[in-house]
Amino acid sequence: MSDTVLVRMTVNGQSRQGLCEPRKLLVDFLREDLGLTGTHVGCEHGICGACTIFFNGEAARSCLMLAIQAAGAELGTVEGLMSDGKLHPMQEAFHEHHALQCGFCTPGMLLAALDLLRTNPEPTEAEIREGLAAVLCRCTGYQGIVKAVAAAAGTLRDAVETAPALLRHHPLP
Amino acid sequence: MPPSPASPVADAKGWIGRPVKRIEDARLLTGRGSFVDDHPPIANIHAAAIVRSPHAHARILGYDASAALRMDGVVGVITGADVARLTRPFSVGVTAPVHYYCTATDKARFVGEPVAVVVARNRYLAEDAADAVAVEYEPLPAVVDVERALDPGAPVLHEAVGSNVAGHRRLVYGEPDRAFAEADIVIRERFRFPKYGSTPIETYGVIARWDPLEGAYTIWSNFMGPFIMHPLTARVLGVPENKLRFIVAPDIGGSFGIKSSMYPYMALIALTARCTGVPVKWIEDRHEHLLASSSGTDRVAYREIAAREDGTVLGMRYRWLDNVGGYIRSPEPGCSFRPIGNFVGPYRFQHLEVDTSVVMTNKSLTGPNRGYACGHLYFETERMMDLLAERVGLDPVEVRRRNLLQPEQFPYRTPTGGLYDSGDYPAALDKAVELARYAELRREQTAARAAGRLFGIGVALAVDPSVSNMGYVATALDPQFRAKPEYLPKSGAVDAATIKVDPAGRVTAILATTPQGQGHQTVVSQIVADELGLTPDDVTVVDEMDTLSRFWSISSGTYSSRFGSVGTSAVALAARKLKGKLVEYAAHLMDRPAEQLEFRAGSVRLRSGTGPSYSIKDLAGRAHWNTESLPEGMEPGLQATAVFGFTVSKAVDENDCVNSSNTYGFIAEVMAVEVDPETAAIKILRYATVHDAGTIINPMIAEGQIYGGALHGLGGALYEELQYDEGGQLLTGTFMDYLVPTAVEAPVIDIAHVVSPSPLTPLGSKGLGESSSMTVPAVIANAVSDALAPIGVRISELPMSPSRLWELIDGARKSAGKA
Amino acid sequence: MKPPKFDYHAPPTVDEAIALLTRYGGEAKLLAGGQSLVPLLNFRLSRPAALVDLNRIPSLAYVREADGYVRLGAMTRQRTIEFSPVVRRRLPLLAEATAFVGHLPIRTRGTIGGSLAHADPAAEYPTTLTALGGEVVVRGPRGERTLQAGELFQSYLATALGADEILVEVRFPAMPDGAGFAFEEFSRRHGDFAIVGIAAMIIGQGLSCTAARLATAGVGPSPVRLRGAEEILEREGLTEAAIEAAARRAATLVDPPSDIHASADYRRNLTRVLTGRALRRAIARIGGPECPTPSSSG
Repeated sequence: MSDTVLVRMTVNGQSRQGLCEPRKLLVDFLREDLGLTGTHVGCEHGICGACTIFFNGEAARSCLMLAIQAAGAELGTVEGLMSDGKLHPMQEAFHEHHALQCGFCTPGMLLAALDLLRTNPEPTEAEIREGLAAVLCRCTGYQGIVKAVAAAAGTLRDAVETAPALLRHHPLP
Repeated sequence: MPPSPASPVADAKGWIGRPVKRIEDARLLTGRGSFVDDHPPIANIHAAAIVRSPHAHARILGYDASAALRMDGVVGVITGADVARLTRPFSVGVTAPVHYYCTATDKARFVGEPVAVVVARNRYLAEDAADAVAVEYEPLPAVVDVERALDPGAPVLHEAVGSNVAGHRRLVYGEPDRAFAEADIVIRERFRFPKYGSTPIETYGVIARWDPLEGAYTIWSNFMGPFIMHPLTARVLGVPENKLRFIVAPDIGGSFGIKSSMYPYMALIALTARCTGVPVKWIEDRHEHLLASSSGTDRVAYREIAAREDGTVLGMRYRWLDNVGGYIRSPEPGCSFRPIGNFVGPYRFQHLEVDTSVVMTNKSLTGPNRGYACGHLYFETERMMDLLAERVGLDPVEVRRRNLLQPEQFPYRTPTGGLYDSGDYPAALDKAVELARYAELRREQTAARAAGRLFGIGVALAVDPSVSNMGYVATALDPQFRAKPEYLPKSGAVDAATIKVDPAGRVTAILATTPQGQGHQTVVSQIVADELGLTPDDVTVVDEMDTLSRFWSISSGTYSSRFGSVGTSAVALAARKLKGKLVEYAAHLMDRPAEQLEFRAGSVRLRSGTGPSYSIKDLAGRAHWNTESLPEGMEPGLQATAVFGFTVSKAVDENDCVNSSNTYGFIAEVMAVEVDPETAAIKILRYATVHDAGTIINPMIAEGQIYGGALHGLGGALYEELQYDEGGQLLTGTFMDYLVPTAVEAPVIDIAHVVSPSPLTPLGSKGLGESSSMTVPAVIANAVSDALAPIGVRISELPMSPSRLWELIDGARKSAGKA
Repeated sequence: MKPPKFDYHAPPTVDEAIALLTRYGGEAKLLAGGQSLVPLLNFRLSRPAALVDLNRIPSLAYVREADGYVRLGAMTRQRTIEFSPVVRRRLPLLAEATAFVGHLPIRTRGTIGGSLAHADPAAEYPTTLTALGGEVVVRGPRGERTLQAGELFQSYLATALGADEILVEVRFPAMPDGAGFAFEEFSRRHGDFAIVGIAAMIIGQGLSCTAARLATAGVGPSPVRLRGAEEILEREGLTEAAIEAAARRAATLVDPPSDIHASADYRRNLTRVLTGRALRRAIARIGGPECPTPSSSG
């Protein structure tokens, strides 16, 4: 029964679908079947976090999910962070504070940081570092990223509409 | 999204030295990067899965791919037998007859060595089929310890070599024997430096195509140089160099030297494409990366220091055993010789003996890794300086001050042939001491010790070499060998840039530097903007490497911190050439001598300020649309190319002296730590570092490099090690066991700069990419040794895991209890 | 590192899941959060004939409180537990332990049932179940049974679960109001499995101790209940001397392994040190507010 199945889900607010084997990893499905190459593969065992996406509004490692498990779900990827041609405040903050060099961990880092702020809107520096430990970076030494997240926390707190569409549907438990 | 400079448009102030925000960010923040696995360059790409040896050492008796070939979606299998038949072995940097192919052929010599490749419709199916490839092995005894590998009776990896020594050189500079005989003090110590690698988050990626009509290979990959590997690979594949095309992905997810060593996989996948008749892609997975990509060497070092009572160092002896793994893969033995020009570091001593053996054992292969050979070198030297300080009763800062090169000695020729272009080492050390509030730290230490706390302060100094001179590798060869007429000497460090102006006046700079996150596009836009009186927004930068269509040389690439030095120099010179052309053209149009004109704020005008002015846009329009208006003899089209090479890059001489790098920076750092006496956890309380990399073009990017480099050094010092058991099995084959530091482990760093511009580069800049990766192992080992001094524990081995450190502390306490 | 082929089923009920397990005769694996199983599949260290995905059974995820017990459906996400007001009020030790479980994205998917069934002795949940005297409800073709922590965990990655059984619920007696508690862990990096972890609960008042509960992570093939150390506190009270004695005794009650991350001697030392630290933190919390933030690792 390893035939392909049709998997339908919503990604960045759009209805998407693809045909794949049940064993196909969600990160591979996003990249190959949906052409969303912004999410990256770094380890395939759930440690590096480069594959982090939003699954029903919460950050999750897409290398540890099967595409078929995402059927009917609402997914968010880095491609969905911009709105109306403008960068999300977290993206702006990363740019301002030199929070990226090679950019390979960056999509995962952005989404992990957003999820951190949703569960803890006013984190201390230590709490930011603990939250960012979910994603590994080999370029920056994390300093720029920590500063960016602290700055973004301030911006997002002040804004009325703080979360892009992909985050709005699923309030915290 | 336009890049936003840090401050509004300025005229005379310039862009160099400003923390201009990065052009690269726009695409990388929005998931629109172009990494090698993102956008298929051609159609019909199939996927490869590599079958690898489960044995550390085994004869290969045969292959059976029949089951694999019958499986769904499989188009072909190639084995080591095909590789031996169809390719040549790679050139190696020693004379020992080591035959290194892109797969194992007669024997597997490390766990994970490729033995066969399966090609299928996709990676899932390829792995299914790889499981079904049967290889018959005759396991052999393995050896992994670099000293055990030299025992008589140790398993020998390469029968043709007869021993596990790939190369051995003894280099003598000055009169070390006399220095040691005359010394008041001689200190000896043994060190162990671990095997670790930078593990970029993006792994190796190769896509290869064979064109049977052209007889040519095209290989897309994230290989970043040095491009000497291009002719090396062409030779292996048996094609002329112009029938092998390397195209590098515009975005590379980090390298830190590690991707320099992927060329054997490029050859392997290219061959596979040819044999199977389809384009083939191989994306390395993380397990493969830890198993069989590249790392630094593990090293056993025996050090001796000869000094006077007042702490003046007279000479040193280094005896090294560097473990390069199952084969010596080029550019090894750079692991020993890369820093030959700065072997003496920042110190004045003239007498040095270096006895270095490069040893092969059943571990994965080594190559350039951030800090390449300098992390090892300075760990040993800086520990010895602290041992000397302890022996003569001097503060560690003071003993270093007494031995430092002085500013009036520059440019300084080291005993080993290095030419330190510029520097003010005492000033940088003083600045580090001030930045760290060293005196205050020593007072804190006194109070802490009185309370029984383990509080330590470490210092480390390093000469930071950038832009390798290709000639250094030849030091691995005997001078008699090098003197032979057939031997062609090697030297050089070169880069090129072209700047063009289109008919609408848009300036484009074109390079092929293969950046992996260092922000080359941004830095280049700053340099060009400065030279041409524009803003960085006005400059488009294209940085794409294609050996068919771009200018490159064998030293091309981004490694050895060379962009900041040679790359930026080429850009500056090209911009100046172009500027000269623009002035000459405007002079012709105005019918005035060029000396009366100046180039300012993007326009050419009379120095007196009166009269017409021609903007770049004006000149470009005229040049393209009305070539008759150009002065006689001027080439049409407004562009300039500059190729910059260092004249101080010479071949190694008959005394084994060579200037192994071209520009030399300096690092001085201080770290304070506290060790928990119960858990042996190390807490970094303060970390201050002062860098002299000459002119800093973008301080924001420079700071990012320092932070990243420091964390790589910290990783090797505390967390990361590629550990093997005695049978050669890798124990740290996943990211659960190979510990990459997270944001929690990363320290905050106080950073300051001293600027000693290089006289050798147009901008005065030097490289900065490796930076503190070469000093952090030394500074934290010194700090921890200082913390544990009251217990009598000295660090001579890394990494300092809590368990290992606790064993040392517990052992020392127990001995003290017995005494 | 791609998973091998397998049959895939996502049944809507527990009984259908059990029927599938029975049908595959031990060759099927249950997929809960996937944070432990999928890496094994990607490394091809696990090659089941089939995966039975429990994520489409909504009735398996709940947090309920009744009759002095807190009952958690096996598929309750660790993230849900971390933020659950019921857990923070009634099982604050479990909430504190949860913050040590990997990282937030892991906890988005990871489940309490999956973690307990996986039985990694360096993980936090098996230790907490042991310390709090929890039990699990297991359902199979022949009905339901209940297992205490000590009965459930048999060895490294091995439990008493049959091949055709599913862990469906986890039950904890609610911690008494005012109980002191602490989860203390030492790991090389933030978020790693424990080199050594200690879960502690202290019920007492002033210097007297009604009940002490101590359990370990990382020092053996299963969590160890440090009864010998508990007895010292229950007998001698909550004095500094008793804490020291209990901590020293704790180190003698474990037989830890040596591996690349830590030697047996170091683990024994950490057992003593962390037991002392856990006890002091737990005692300081007696009678105090619930669920303060956990201490960082390292």
